[in-house]
Amino acid sequence: MAVGRITRFNMTSLALGLAFLYLPIVILIIYSFNASRLVNVWGGWSLRWYHEFFGDRAMLDAAWMSLSVGAVSATLATLLGTLAAIGLARGERFRGRALFSGMLYSPLVMPEVISGLSLLLLFVALNAERGFWTVTIAHTTLTMCFVTVVVQSRLTSLDRSLEEAAMDLGCDPLRAFLLVTLPQIVTAIVAGWMLAFILSLDDVVIASFTTGPGSATLPIRIYSEVRLGVKPEINAICTLVIGLIAVIIVIASFASKLSSTRGESAAPF
Amino acid sequence: MIGSAGESGLTSVTAGEASAEAAKPLPEPIVSDMPLLRIEGVAKSFGNFRAVDRLSLDIRAGEFFALLGPSGCGKTTLLRLLAGFEAPDEGRILLGGNDIAQVLPHERPVNMMFQNYALFPHLSVRDNIAFGLKRAGMARADIKTRVAEMVALVKLEGLERRKPDQLSGGQRQRVALARSLARRPQVLLLDEPLAALDKKLRESTQAELMELQRRLGMTFIIVTHDQEEAMTMAGRIGVMDAGRLVQVATPRNLYEAPATRWIAEFVGDINLFNGQVVGREHSRLAVATSDAGTLAVSELWPPVTKEIVSVAIRPEKVKLSRRAPASDEGASHMINRLEGVVVDVNYLGGITTYKVKLESGALVRSSMANTARLDVDAYLAGQRVVAWFTADDCLVLEQ
Repeated sequence: MAVGRITRFNMTSLALGLAFLYLPIVILIIYSFNASRLVNVWGGWSLRWYHEFFGDRAMLDAAWMSLSVGAVSATLATLLGTLAAIGLARGERFRGRALFSGMLYSPLVMPEVISGLSLLLLFVALNAERGFWTVTIAHTTLTMCFVTVVVQSRLTSLDRSLEEAAMDLGCDPLRAFLLVTLPQIVTAIVAGWMLAFILSLDDVVIASFTTGPGSATLPIRIYSEVRLGVKPEINAICTLVIGLIAVIIVIASFASKLSSTRGESAAPF
Repeated sequence: MIGSAGESGLTSVTAGEASAEAAKPLPEPIVSDMPLLRIEGVAKSFGNFRAVDRLSLDIRAGEFFALLGPSGCGKTTLLRLLAGFEAPDEGRILLGGNDIAQVLPHERPVNMMFQNYALFPHLSVRDNIAFGLKRAGMARADIKTRVAEMVALVKLEGLERRKPDQLSGGQRQRVALARSLARRPQVLLLDEPLAALDKKLRESTQAELMELQRRLGMTFIIVTHDQEEAMTMAGRIGVMDAGRLVQVATPRNLYEAPATRWIAEFVGDINLFNGQVVGREHSRLAVATSDAGTLAVSELWPPVTKEIVSVAIRPEKVKLSRRAPASDEGASHMINRLEGVVVDVNYLGGITTYKVKLESGALVRSSMANTARLDVDAYLAGQRVVAWFTADDCLVLEQ
């Protein structure tokens, strides 16, 4: 069996697969530099729509909203998700642990429409004013479990005796965690934060349920604009978002590679 | 404890001392030969599994003590109880007279060297060794001197800036040792410290550990499943089985006078013949065995009380010869002779091991040193031989 041999068939199917995945995105990026007002007519290269975007107050507000919701919810999700991961990976076998870990992962499989609707009902019942904080909380509940998955898998691969050695050498349990365990998992935590940030930036469904007037996120703004017809400006915005996400993914994959080759990470202490 | 027979005359901890201590309600300044570490009726269960079962043991200051036993016998749990990673369900652990059973690991003057070394991968060799000193709040300059001292002690000069994954297995082992010694613990616990090393390195490290222990005068407690390692290094060995100490003895007594049949089989190789005591004269027993006829056995202290016994003889004490050894009349009844056929020969370099099949079908193992380079003394498979051993070399064990 020649595994991994390059044949004409392999190359063709790879090319087709990649084209299927990336051709739409490539077309979108190319058309974002289109000088023409019409989306489907090529009018030469131009940065006109990028200028337009940076002059569009409402669109910029939505972008800022998305970035700040993403940053705040990713930070909250990372805090809570890391704590949950520590509890599940390190805590004593408490009663109902299996049920708890199962429930923690339910947002991974729950249809977003349902989570969005249930959160909306909760906020209505609590009489909470919908806006920045409701979207942020909703995104935190959505992304927390992703952080937990990433951090927990790193924690379980860690040698438990490292913490014991730290305690043996005079650390109380908290200091043992801060001085020995945290430096080993910090890259996983960073990767988890970035994942949470991207997920929050992506989301339309849950945000549209939980946001209020005047606090639309970028995807919601784009979605509502597109319903009135696609402007080339949308292409420009999407290209910027794709660029941002690509950068974050590259950083995150480097970080997780670093953490899997045993934390040579810069220890925060 | 069963083990007391094995170490009779060697232990200075006697009942008199124990009661003298009990008579004093207040802790007195430590008497020199009072045990440094006293384990009293310590038990630990995990669910329904009793890992350590009401175990008592005294360890003196400056002693090199080995806990030996098969996997799952509770020796590692006992070590973890001493380090503080587990709390005992019952019993007391006294270190220098103070009960430390409930003291947390970071507050105990005890350090542990882990089986997998547990070096901190994000810290250099120097920072690994300094870790415990920093936690103890030692001054920066003192830490520097102590680390340099430790690095010299384990011969790691020049590697201070390396990270653990840039070291070989043997070097990591040394870093782990230096790190656990740096705080100058009253007791150093070593959990299978040499298991990950290859044979040659293990032997040289054993010698170094013994040398270190002697030089520092520190108390070492080592856990191992390797009986040769325990016998090489330790002054006393505690053999554990199913959470209990079955014998505490010097290596020699453990081997030559095992307390039970189980220990006899666990420590080294042994031939066992089941039988019945049929005669007794001048502290010599005649045991009628089903496999090897009637054997003459010198009786040891304490005397055998039961009728059904096993006669045990170590392979190296069974000699082979082509004819029955010539012996003068007076001594002839002291030698047991078993005729048989050699069925298996294993040449191992220093020694050769033989299996001799007796007429009864039972196998007798014999091992003989290869004292000559040419094989004038060698026996071949299929050869008829006499396997013989003296009554004094036999042990009588109750079944």
